[in-house]
Amino acid sequence: MKSSAPPADPDRARVRNAWVFLAPTLIALAIVAGWPLARTIWFSFTDARLDDLTRYGFVGLDNYLAYDDGEWYGVLAEADWWNAVSVTLWFTVVSVSLEVVFGLAVALALNVRFPLRGVVRAAILVPWAIPTVVSAKMWAWMLNDQFGVINYVLMGLGIIGTPIAWTASADTALWAVLTVDVWKSTPFMALLFLAALQMLPQDCYEAAKVDGIGPVRALWYITLPLLRPAIITAVIFRALDALRIFDLIYVLTSNARSTMSMSIYARQQLVDFQDVGYGSAASTLLFLIIAMITISVIALGRLDFDKGATR
Amino acid sequence: MEWKRLPLCFALFAGLTFGTAARSQAADIAISCGAVGQELELCRAGAEAWAKATGNTVKVVSSPNSATERLALYQQLLAGGASDIDVFQLDVVWPGILATHFIDLKPYSKGQEAEHFKTIIDNNTVDGKLIAMPLFTDAGVLYYRKDLLDKHGVKVPETWEEMTKAAEAVQKAERDAGNTSLWGFVFQGRAYEGLTVNALEWIDSFGGGTIVDAEGGVTVNNPKAEAALALAQQWVKKIAPEGVLNYAEEEARGVFQSGNAVFMRNWPYAWALANGEDSPVRGKVGVTALPRGNDGGKHTGVLGGWNLAVSRYSKHPKEAADLAMFLTGKDEQKRRAVVASYNPTMPALYEDEDVVRANPFFKTLYSTFTNAVARPSRVTGQNYNRVSYAFWGAVHEVLAGKTEAGPALARLESELKRMSRRGW
Repeated sequence: MKSSAPPADPDRARVRNAWVFLAPTLIALAIVAGWPLARTIWFSFTDARLDDLTRYGFVGLDNYLAYDDGEWYGVLAEADWWNAVSVTLWFTVVSVSLEVVFGLAVALALNVRFPLRGVVRAAILVPWAIPTVVSAKMWAWMLNDQFGVINYVLMGLGIIGTPIAWTASADTALWAVLTVDVWKSTPFMALLFLAALQMLPQDCYEAAKVDGIGPVRALWYITLPLLRPAIITAVIFRALDALRIFDLIYVLTSNARSTMSMSIYARQQLVDFQDVGYGSAASTLLFLIIAMITISVIALGRLDFDKGATR
Repeated sequence: MEWKRLPLCFALFAGLTFGTAARSQAADIAISCGAVGQELELCRAGAEAWAKATGNTVKVVSSPNSATERLALYQQLLAGGASDIDVFQLDVVWPGILATHFIDLKPYSKGQEAEHFKTIIDNNTVDGKLIAMPLFTDAGVLYYRKDLLDKHGVKVPETWEEMTKAAEAVQKAERDAGNTSLWGFVFQGRAYEGLTVNALEWIDSFGGGTIVDAEGGVTVNNPKAEAALALAQQWVKKIAPEGVLNYAEEEARGVFQSGNAVFMRNWPYAWALANGEDSPVRGKVGVTALPRGNDGGKHTGVLGGWNLAVSRYSKHPKEAADLAMFLTGKDEQKRRAVVASYNPTMPALYEDEDVVRANPFFKTLYSTFTNAVARPSRVTGQNYNRVSYAFWGAVHEVLAGKTEAGPALARLESELKRMSRRGW
């Protein structure tokens, strides 16, 4: 302790410098992320309305849950909200799983040397490069029941007898949204996996070859375990995206109840119904749900790492 | 540096400064117009005529076709106090929601409002302030294919039941004859404000009321409303394509105008387009009042229509108001009626020869337009959007076959009562 005082000085200076260098980032983050978040949380305890944001009263937890006259009110008592939650969670789980599988397949294929590989690698990124609203609108026309090319092709092949209204019927609408999302995001996953694949140490594969291990077992016992960090990162990225999905669903099916995601629900309360208090409560819940899921995915990922390390 | 040029620079600078100062006398006005059918071209032509006459400049901003999305956009702009748009085009159900953002037009109208339908002026007057001038009015009408009805010896239907039968018969006969893409009926079935309008027309024509009555009581759960919705549920997949569940005005018109539907519910604007030079159904289209419910029903068209209002945040309220008055004036209304079948809001224009020659049904359906039924936007005020959303949501589920009309209306009733538990 006594002797640590003099050498601590340069350390302290370094810490100070670190803070100085970090300050712009922290300030920027506080302004663009912290302040809006804090404001949204604050509004969720009020009865503010969008047409006049200067006048509002504090209502406590009423926007979340309130018991009044024998009935429950608030976001948490709203069937529409829970429907939005289940739609979003279902969508996230299914879309991210499919994207991981397809992304891996594409990445493995692109990792092999073949002629024109560079061109194919660039071409496969096209869906990801198109802005979501544009690709959603494009798919909306392709899925159109009267003029859409998809019905035309399927009918030409004799797979369906009459045109299907993909985005209109509740049974197919969510699957249509899912298909478009997988189409769009698979290239992103493939890109992340491809980058990871190219970093893998080749000596494991050489050792495997020496031991006479086939490609399938090599994939299962070498590639996938080594790719795990990349897969977890990609899953977190995509899950965050999928949990706040808005544009795709909004363009394809508008405000329809059966395909409403949490973001669409919050936006509708905030903008269509002008109820900033209620909408903020929904946004805050959305934030909490996403935070919880992210933390648990990271935690699970870490646990697995440790196991792998000690084994 | 060539110092000789310095005086020139000064002269240029001074010229620019004074030049812009002199020009700033003329205002730069932005107007947001709809883009359904020919609205945008009409708006642009009208606004440019005004700009030319007054020496101002006008920028026309187009907005989403869906009324629901347009309202959302306006609400965001106005909530932020943005001065980007000076003149807004408002739906007839919005004054109650948006009134606080617009100026009183009375000082600028010079009594012109007396020439318009009084019901619309009343609708646009909030707390004694005239916040919008009527641009055109609307009521739902039934379009039919004259040629197909004649060919199969079917009368123009009086009731919804007759329409259903006629649509079934013609659709079957035509499909058997090889016209496989023909449907009986198209309407606006997407989950948006237009479905509220369509469904309210069915329910009110059966005598089932207007969702919420004038005193604010929730009336929607009644046997007549149930009968109306049950009939509508039968249409989907049988005489209407399933895709109708995602159709707004223009999608329905696309199917009808390309010759693939016998009947269509739409606003009057579709008349001019269906009879346009490039229309495959040109000259084959008739217009009549929407059918009535079975016994004791009446012909109901729901009141639509658009108005112009001047934003409180406008930097040039005087010029903006002048533009609004010009576009809602008699000459412009007449031009829009003749060119594109937008209903005038002045009784006098329904007697005008040119207008009637272009749109014969303006005269025959005059009472449909003047007696159109209003949506319950006045009594529900700020909550109208919620009511409408709950209503169209319930109707959409019935049409999609996910629930039956009875339980859906019962659920809707309790939902609306929850909403209004402390008054609207």
